Amino acid sequence: MILVILIAVLFAGGFLVWGVGRRSPLGARWISLLLLSFNLAVTAVFWVQNHDRTSFFGGAWLADISWDWIPSLGIRFHLALDGFSLPLVALTFLLGIMAVVCSWNEIRERVGFFHFNLLFVLAGVTGVFVALDLFLFYFFWEVMLVPMYFLIGIWGHERRNYAAMKFFIFTQAASLFLLIAILALYFINGRYSGLYTFEYFSLLQTPVAGPTAMLLMLGFFISFAVKLPMVPFHTWLPDAHTEAPTAGSVILAGLLLKTGGYGIIRFVIPLFPEAAKEFAPVAFALAVVGIIYGAVIAFSQTDLKRLVAYTSISHLGFVLMGAFAWNEMALQGSLMQMLCHGISTGALFMLAGSLQERIHTRDTSRMGGLWSVMPRMGGVAMLFVMASLGLPGLGNFIGEFLVLMGVFQTSPVTSILGTAGLIFATIYSLAIIQRAFHGENSGRWHPGDLTVREMSILGVMIVVIIWLGLYPQPVFGTVLPALQQLIASTAG
Amino acid sequence: MLDTLWIVPALPLAGFVFLALAGGRIPRTVIAFIATATVGISALLAIAIGVTFLGLLPQEASYRQVLWQWVSVAGFEPAIGFHLDALSLVMMFVVTFVAFWIHLYSTEFMIEDEAYGRFFAYMNLFVASMLILVLADNLLLLYLGWEGVGACSYLLIGFWYHDSANGRAAQKAFIVTRVGDTAMAIALFLLFVNFGTLDIQAILQQASESIQSGSLIAVAVTALLLGGAVGKSAQLPLQTWLPDAMAGPTPVSALIHAATMVTAGVYLIARTHTLYSLAPQVMAAVAGVGALTLFIAGTAALVQRDIKRVLAYSTISQIGYMFLALGVGAWGAAMFHFMTHAFFKALLFLAAGAVINALHHEHDIFKMGGVRHKLPLVFWTFLIGSASLAGFPLVTAGFYSKDLILWQAWSSGQGQAWLWAIGVATAFLTAIYIFRVVFIVFFGKERTHVEKLPRRPMTVPLVVLAFFSIVSGFVEIPPALGGRHLFSSFMSSALPSAAVEESHTTELIFSLIASLLALAGIYLAHLFFRTRREHAEPDAGKRLTRFLFGGWGFDWLYDRIFVRPFVWIARVNRNDYIDSIYGGIAALSRGLNTVFSSTETGRVRLYAAGIACGSIILVAIALLL
Repeated sequence: MILVILIAVLFAGGFLVWGVGRRSPLGARWISLLLLSFNLAVTAVFWVQNHDRTSFFGGAWLADISWDWIPSLGIRFHLALDGFSLPLVALTFLLGIMAVVCSWNEIRERVGFFHFNLLFVLAGVTGVFVALDLFLFYFFWEVMLVPMYFLIGIWGHERRNYAAMKFFIFTQAASLFLLIAILALYFINGRYSGLYTFEYFSLLQTPVAGPTAMLLMLGFFISFAVKLPMVPFHTWLPDAHTEAPTAGSVILAGLLLKTGGYGIIRFVIPLFPEAAKEFAPVAFALAVVGIIYGAVIAFSQTDLKRLVAYTSISHLGFVLMGAFAWNEMALQGSLMQMLCHGISTGALFMLAGSLQERIHTRDTSRMGGLWSVMPRMGGVAMLFVMASLGLPGLGNFIGEFLVLMGVFQTSPVTSILGTAGLIFATIYSLAIIQRAFHGENSGRWHPGDLTVREMSILGVMIVVIIWLGLYPQPVFGTVLPALQQLIASTAG
Repeated sequence: MLDTLWIVPALPLAGFVFLALAGGRIPRTVIAFIATATVGISALLAIAIGVTFLGLLPQEASYRQVLWQWVSVAGFEPAIGFHLDALSLVMMFVVTFVAFWIHLYSTEFMIEDEAYGRFFAYMNLFVASMLILVLADNLLLLYLGWEGVGACSYLLIGFWYHDSANGRAAQKAFIVTRVGDTAMAIALFLLFVNFGTLDIQAILQQASESIQSGSLIAVAVTALLLGGAVGKSAQLPLQTWLPDAMAGPTPVSALIHAATMVTAGVYLIARTHTLYSLAPQVMAAVAGVGALTLFIAGTAALVQRDIKRVLAYSTISQIGYMFLALGVGAWGAAMFHFMTHAFFKALLFLAAGAVINALHHEHDIFKMGGVRHKLPLVFWTFLIGSASLAGFPLVTAGFYSKDLILWQAWSSGQGQAWLWAIGVATAFLTAIYIFRVVFIVFFGKERTHVEKLPRRPMTVPLVVLAFFSIVSGFVEIPPALGGRHLFSSFMSSALPSAAVEESHTTELIFSLIASLLALAGIYLAHLFFRTRREHAEPDAGKRLTRFLFGGWGFDWLYDRIFVRPFVWIARVNRNDYIDSIYGGIAALSRGLNTVFSSTETGRVRLYAAGIACGSIILVAIALLL
């Protein structure tokens, strides 16, 4: 039931804040904040209550709800939560709160509609993480898309229309592959078993092999790879991230990209284990290319948000690599990398946004010496930059290290090349500090330092990233049963 | 007593957290007190733990303390846990002890700096990271400390960030050492795949039981670890970052870039010595790296103008001696030289800092002169440090430790004549380059006016470190000179001692050669830089001088083969060529749109013609096929 509540709160809340926002923008902000905090609290309590429960009706599912929706087509309203989804759902609400907080001053127009879109995106993301009926999954997948398009297109920066259109076309075209693949799987399974259903567990049993499996696998994969994003399907991302309002960038980088990684681990490989195995060398190669390609381009960017956007391409390469290694260590690492990337990149986008709010530019060549005028922001930026270059003690390191060590067991060469990517991560990460915060304050900027409102949410992020760096075991413990089940499902 | 071990790193860490959160809002005296006291109590605790530990030897040669399970994934189970044995104890003692005096010194040295709190926050974080590095019981935690000290080094080199050159030096240090760290990370993967654990003692245990000498895994792992070690310890080919790291405040150079962090590579190799013993090829490489580095850096130090760069090259060179010792299996000798070097090099940096501070932040030795009259205490302590570095016979610590290395480079099982020859030749150069500084800076006529005299917090550390630069050598005296083996017998509980089978007379002759060369070096320095001072300035026009001045051209080379190509590629692809493919698709569809929409003219005749042509073509195709 909890899952229905979490999603219903967001959908209903979306309409509520739209209405309230017409009268009181501040009310819309507060209501969004409260609703998301409520969801986060519910998730946290649920997590704590279930942290040591390893199984639920024989599987790894902690919560499960399954209603008939369109029985004639075998479509069910099936939501379920396991240890793999749970941390991602929690991340969704945490970053949701962050998105509301960082829009507090930035968004002045159509505040109600803005928060409507925000809550709807989050509802879509939550749904994606918990839907177990593939039709329902596709529904949520599309729900994420449209409000995001509005967020970029209405409240974005200079080239928002171009970016929003590009984002929409890329993801929509990719979704088409997903839809075709889902339908094909539905019919193949139906013909074989006589029972037409979109149910995840039934489709897992589909006896599909050879070229058909490879084609279907690619259909799923391409859709998720565009979202991830994987080189060469990544070019929507820098534009979308750069042009989106801060909240949009936070959600794009922190959550939407994760749905790609989630999809690969939840669907692509369990549904088509053999095909995925065959495809793994290609995926490894693309992951390595992405890690290095994204990092090199990130270094050359002068637009702060664009720089951070390209770092996402680099970081998500580790997730892709870990997913296709398909062993416990690499998968734990991939999930940890997704969580920590969500937090650290979310924080960097928030910092870039609040910097732009203050000095009205994202051009790093016009920045410099900002540490002297805003030491608090400098310190926070330094911490998240260190997280992004994989400094041990912070969560990202745990994720990257486990991915690389897990991948090393299946493909040492991939792992070694990925490790070399860490050098490039160092180069671009330090470049952020050097260009924006070090040097002389040549622009004579006098912005105010981070406010209490900003510091409080960033403080939470700092605590979480350090916690994940020094004591990530609770998360691993929660994820483990789910991963074991996933891995077992592909073994036979 | 031993169970308080965790407090030793925890205290400076707590100091860091406090200063980071409150540093901007509390008075300087409080900042200074908290930073120095946390490190000071750690040092006292380290001594107390050391005494307790000595009491337990030899029954218990190690102590382990596990704080919590860090990660437990798929059989990979590193803990946040500490391992204390003779090796980590010496490291812990030197780190906390030297750090305390440098903290004390900094309370005055940095007094005018606006970011006083930030400085001490970083310094405390560094001490905590360094302690985690040396105490870690598994390689992942060691790696945490390893990267942590690297990050602190970056933060402190770039401490005066207003000058973007400092920022660049900081970046360079971090990036270059990270190249080595990457090799080290791969070594960790290999170790885990082969041993199923990263616990250091477990790995060493298993390795000695199951791995053949010279086997591929031993060679690969030790070579990769060596990659990490040469990065951190500024050895060939990754030594280029250290001279630039002098951009940081002088206490930072003393603590991080002389006494502690840069010796982490030495520690790493000593820590994993069992693996290295199984890879004789890599051992030879370690010795070779050490020998080449110590010579190259020693020659570069001869022509530097910046007093801190002389000391930086000297540090590279002295760590080269430690690598040389490690490479010939003289583990104890390497650690002995690490300890004495920590004292006298920290002393030299702090004394140099006192001079720099007194002379308006002047770094160029040729603009200094005659300082000994105004700063007698700084002069005497610097002289003691220099004598120790030069290996002034019998009365200095540096003499005993360097002599032990040279002797074992010759006499140990893996020792070779050429290693000894390079070592002893560079010992001669060492005496020249450091006494060149002594004579130019402290003698002759005054060139820059002395403004500020150091006060107590700065002079006391100088005296203490000068004291240790002399007496710390007396714990290990060769048999030919009386014979005392306190250090090596203590170390033998953690590290195997090098087997030496030569007679005492031979050893005495070797000591004599080294001593005479050191004295000759000092005499030559006196000749060239005291009596013929006016000709002493290096002639930048000479090719050899330029070559040595630039550290044998490594920077020049790396700039051309790594930095520029990278920047060029990054710049060329700034707009992401892949995107233009999609841009092309979009342009193509837009173009087609224009073409096709232009056919929609509304003229019926054209439409009819189109239909006719189309029909003919279709019919033709149908007939032909």
